[in-house]
Amino acid sequence: MTVESTAARKPRRSAGTKRTAAKKPPGAQPDLVQLLTPEGKRVKNGEYDTYVADITPEELRGLYRDMVLTRRFDAEATSLQRQGELGLWASLLGQEAAQIGSGRATREDDYVFPTYREHGVAWCRGVDPTNLLGMFRGVNNGGWDPNSNNFHLYTIVIGSQTLHATGYAMGVAKDGADSAVIAYFGDGASSQGDVAESFTFSAVYNAPVVFFCQNNQWAISEPTERQTRVPLYQRAQGYGFPGVRVDGNDVLACLAVTKWALERARRGEGPTLVEAYTYRMGAHTTSDDPTKYRADEEREAWEAKDPIQRLRTYLETSNHADEGFFAELEAESEALGKRVREVVRAMPDPDHFAIFENVYADGHALVDEERAQFAAYQASFADEGEGK
Amino acid sequence: MTAEKMALAKAINESLRTALDADPKVLIMGEDVGKLGGVFRVTDGLQKDFGEDRVIDTPLAESGIVGTAIGLALRGYRPVVEIQFDGFVFPAYDQIVTQLAKMHARALGKIKLPVVIRIPYGGGIGAVEHHSESPEALFAHVAGLKVVSPSNASDAYWMMQQAIQSDDPVIFFEPKRRYWDKSEVNREAIPGPLHKARVVREGSDLTLAAYGPMVKVCQEVAAAAQEEGKSLEVVDLRSMSPIDFDSVQASVEKTRRLVVVHEAPVFLGTGAEIAARITERCFYHLEAPVLRVGGYHAPYPPARLEEEYLPGLDRVLDTVDRSLAY
Repeated sequence: MTVESTAARKPRRSAGTKRTAAKKPPGAQPDLVQLLTPEGKRVKNGEYDTYVADITPEELRGLYRDMVLTRRFDAEATSLQRQGELGLWASLLGQEAAQIGSGRATREDDYVFPTYREHGVAWCRGVDPTNLLGMFRGVNNGGWDPNSNNFHLYTIVIGSQTLHATGYAMGVAKDGADSAVIAYFGDGASSQGDVAESFTFSAVYNAPVVFFCQNNQWAISEPTERQTRVPLYQRAQGYGFPGVRVDGNDVLACLAVTKWALERARRGEGPTLVEAYTYRMGAHTTSDDPTKYRADEEREAWEAKDPIQRLRTYLETSNHADEGFFAELEAESEALGKRVREVVRAMPDPDHFAIFENVYADGHALVDEERAQFAAYQASFADEGEGK
Repeated sequence: MTAEKMALAKAINESLRTALDADPKVLIMGEDVGKLGGVFRVTDGLQKDFGEDRVIDTPLAESGIVGTAIGLALRGYRPVVEIQFDGFVFPAYDQIVTQLAKMHARALGKIKLPVVIRIPYGGGIGAVEHHSESPEALFAHVAGLKVVSPSNASDAYWMMQQAIQSDDPVIFFEPKRRYWDKSEVNREAIPGPLHKARVVREGSDLTLAAYGPMVKVCQEVAAAAQEEGKSLEVVDLRSMSPIDFDSVQASVEKTRRLVVVHEAPVFLGTGAEIAARITERCFYHLEAPVLRVGGYHAPYPPARLEEEYLPGLDRVLDTVDRSLAY
């Protein structure tokens, strides 16, 4: 199977295109690691195979279940935004394999630094999906304890978290632990200076960190060729560590490659860049309109490579799952959707005084003063109410 | 043990050494902080004694330094980061403002960010551009950060101890032109609170409020004014976030006049906030509007002009006279 060529897209007509006319970089269609074809056929791939060689049918069903439930949760969140229950939602539709494969490769003691779209990874880490919705509903700016699942808060300013992951990994190495750290980011963030600096720092300190780039082809409206002239995974070479491109819609390949990269980190071999080549099937967020910048045919081409369908085909053709499994999962999926709906609708608005909470760990005189002023102001209305 | 006389830079060095000794989680990070001991030698000898793993020479990337310090703090470390010069902090400004300052709140208090960012600041050393700036207001404006600046060796020692012990991010502005000024440091003293101002000279006619490098200038101003029969009180603010308005208020209620002095541009500077708050708190006590002396709304000038730019003895005295003339 060939990698989706960037040339297949509609030619861009902007003035800038000419200056970057050398846009077919050498090796524009590099090898990508694949273990499961879009048609659901299991293929061999050298050393990466060893990382999933002993995977059981039950584990395969587990990966399928993870992807289905994550997609269901994601669809529910999109609906909740449309119903006005959430202010915004960033859908992961199409990226389930990249997230579940890599997320399931992590160990409990590993630490994950996500962007704002890693709902599938959060699922793998055991974060209650309804916890992810607080910031999108506007009741908090985070909402979970990062240390309870070793899953850091969503980071909205893209790329910043790659440095936090690198620093955390430097700490892991100092502690002599064999945990690993994984930093998620996208093709858009790959242009950020912080990502470049995290590559530099992780390389010179040999930090046990995996940079997991989901290249979903679009940074809102900008295609990957607006971010790079070389395939993203090749950037690692310049920093002195390995980079590999994996079929981001192949959950098995993502699992295998991420395990390989995490094992390298654990063995003290330093950072790895994994580029999961995938596609953002939906809009950037619920505020976005992709019809303004990309063609339907492109999405259709990627739909044929759907991450969930290919694993279903494989499960069916290899007799690893029966009708009962799929029916049961369908029911579980609906129940999840229902629970998410109910929890979100019942999510209380925060207390007004939450504005002043946790601004500082050790307190701050000005915050105390303003809290008191705010309290007095609020109390003035209470008096009015009583007067009437 | 009696007090020991030492330079301000040496006091910070000793304080870092004490912290490294006391807590294995304390790390020093920055450009040239290791073998070289920092361009001002503030970290001199620390890498030799505590090793490369704890006194870390970093790549030349300020955002990377602060961003990785955040990650180390999340892992349980207490990084003390050096930004080589005031004007070099801006590549890290995003990490400081967007990430470091807000992360504790975003996590609803579940995680702490005990990161100290040391920044040698201010002018008066004849440096090239970007080496003499005073950007403290840009940090004090940001909720989630604490901002302090010592004016003498003893405060430098103790405030650094307290900054490292703080579970909040602290921006520690070091008055670089006072690095070599010596004063007594008593390492067995019991320091006052980190964010409390201190009256360093008592007076009755007017209050001068300053911090960092300008405290010494204000003390000289007060001495000169004394000869003219004017009694000036000098308050060393020590902390720009939070600001100890209570101490300033107490002083102004006594003297009824306030002049705020800093190197940073006057416009929207720390003095603007102090003027507004003290006017509100002391409206019926004031005999004159709160006046400010500081830098101009212009890029920090080339070294041969900095004497004109920096508030010196004469310019502060002139402002004192203006206040007293009301």
